[in-house]
Amino acid sequence: MSTTASTSAVRPPLRDGGHRRPPRAAGRGASVSGRLVRIAVWVLLTLMAIGVLYPLFWMVSSSFKTSTEIFSSPWALPTSLSPESFVTAWERGVFQYFVNSVIITVGSLVLVLGLGTAASFALTKLRLPFAAPITLLVLGGLMISPTMILVPVFQLMIALHLHDTLFGMVLVYTAYRLPFTIFLIRAYMITLPDEVLEASMIDGASLLQTFWRIVVPLCRPVLVSAGLVYVLFAWNEFPFALVLLNDPELKTLPVGLLDFKSALQTNWSVLFAGLTFAALPMIALFVAAQRTFVRGLADGMGK
Amino acid sequence: MTTTSRVRSLLWIAPTLILVIGLMYVPLLQNIRLSFFNWSIFDQEMNFVGWENYRQALVDPFLGTALRNNIAYAAVSVVVQVGFGLVLASLLDRFATGRLQGFLRSVYFLPATISMTVTGVLFTFVYDPNVGILNAALEAVGLDFLTRAWLAEPSTAMGAIIAMSQWQWTGYITALLLVAIQRIPADLYEAASLDGAGPVRQFFAVTVPLTREMVAILSLVTVSNALLLFNEVVVMTGGGPNNSTQVLGTIVYQNAFVNDRMGYAATMSTLVLALTMTLGIVQMIWTRRKRVTL
Repeated sequence: MSTTASTSAVRPPLRDGGHRRPPRAAGRGASVSGRLVRIAVWVLLTLMAIGVLYPLFWMVSSSFKTSTEIFSSPWALPTSLSPESFVTAWERGVFQYFVNSVIITVGSLVLVLGLGTAASFALTKLRLPFAAPITLLVLGGLMISPTMILVPVFQLMIALHLHDTLFGMVLVYTAYRLPFTIFLIRAYMITLPDEVLEASMIDGASLLQTFWRIVVPLCRPVLVSAGLVYVLFAWNEFPFALVLLNDPELKTLPVGLLDFKSALQTNWSVLFAGLTFAALPMIALFVAAQRTFVRGLADGMGK
Repeated sequence: MTTTSRVRSLLWIAPTLILVIGLMYVPLLQNIRLSFFNWSIFDQEMNFVGWENYRQALVDPFLGTALRNNIAYAAVSVVVQVGFGLVLASLLDRFATGRLQGFLRSVYFLPATISMTVTGVLFTFVYDPNVGILNAALEAVGLDFLTRAWLAEPSTAMGAIIAMSQWQWTGYITALLLVAIQRIPADLYEAASLDGAGPVRQFFAVTVPLTREMVAILSLVTVSNALLLFNEVVVMTGGGPNNSTQVLGTIVYQNAFVNDRMGYAATMSTLVLALTMTLGIVQMIWTRRKRVTL
């Protein structure tokens, strides 16, 4: 999947503050109190950053330590960088959880983007009968949470023989996130001019061709945003996975780690390595595409 | 677009409708129906009990604890994530420019990309009485008397979970508020500055009113998320010690999948539904009324 997305959208891209206006504090920076304020602010901003980063750093560095080292000196750096606990964690089940998470995330990503784009197309550009009530119905799904439907979804999955299957998870994740995905894509698609699509149709393209060759490429920025936000959700989802997956072979990383935690009560470094494995892909994805991430989330919140 | 028949355009949305209705709305209604029955996974025969489950729910000792914990979580989250987040976003906007601002924003945001299971397990270690860095840090600065088994004592367990969530989500809200702040036209600040307003006055006279809509939305999102609180509790305490960290999500889960009281769990879910609907209606009224025009 491409993660380095260009973000030229209809909306202006996010700018970093200072560019737009001169740093206002600078004018007062000459006075002593102004300088003190600046220093205080920077101490605060730096402490925040350390407070956020230190636990993560501790997690990674502890996975290189032996359990005795973790126990005797929590602050010390690891004495060696041997990847032993990572190998153990990988072999003791993390690999399987990882694969399951990838299958469910990728499978449902394709479905949620495919169905979400098609549905948004119907809602905004086609003469869909009952478009308004259907839009309301789909977006109303935004108010439904796992807690409200945990019991009946569990019951339904058992009745459909989809309980304890990766396919069942893909369907549940897709259904649960379609409202939000459509909310994002629809808002963007409304802004596309109808003329472009009409021109394509007049040129003899079928509806499907127009959709595939014109609409989808034009929507690429929002599809990337929506896709990233979705991957973040699917990779980290917990309640549905906890209830709908029993077979240890099928568990995703978030629920698998819970088993891992009780199985490895004392083998801390291996547990830390498992945590690192689970966290790393999303951190990497975020670092690679952070602007798109934040923009996708901000758009979801309403401007 | 006019060339498609109206019926054929339905095909474009049919799979979505089937999934959303089948896996969300049908279960939602089914859940309400189930809340009037008693049944178990092992004995699928359902006994209609009318309002009995609701009568029990109202006197359920855990429901009170759960509500209190969810409310505490919501209150702290709004104050810290939205309130402090707005201050933090303004400071970032004003004092950090260019790449440095982008860097700090990313650093603050980082925990939000990580699974709550990972942060939950990680913080069980942070709070661990023997090897945890929290106690170690307190000892290092001479506050030994404060050290304790944070997650094992009923008086501190919920606070520890709430504190962890602030660590995870404050930067996320800050990043979104920074977007809102940067959409405020610069001349408003310049005008305020010419009128002699200092940074603090500018924050209250310009930043706060002009981000009010985003603040309102984020506050409501934060409060709704507080109702969904689940992962952290399951991972860190499982509702204990002594049920002091039960929340709405965990009592639904425990009644259904631990105590095997499916109907009663559905009743709890329906109560969550009622609460969320109330919030949703408040949200609709609120955002309609508070819309600030630029």
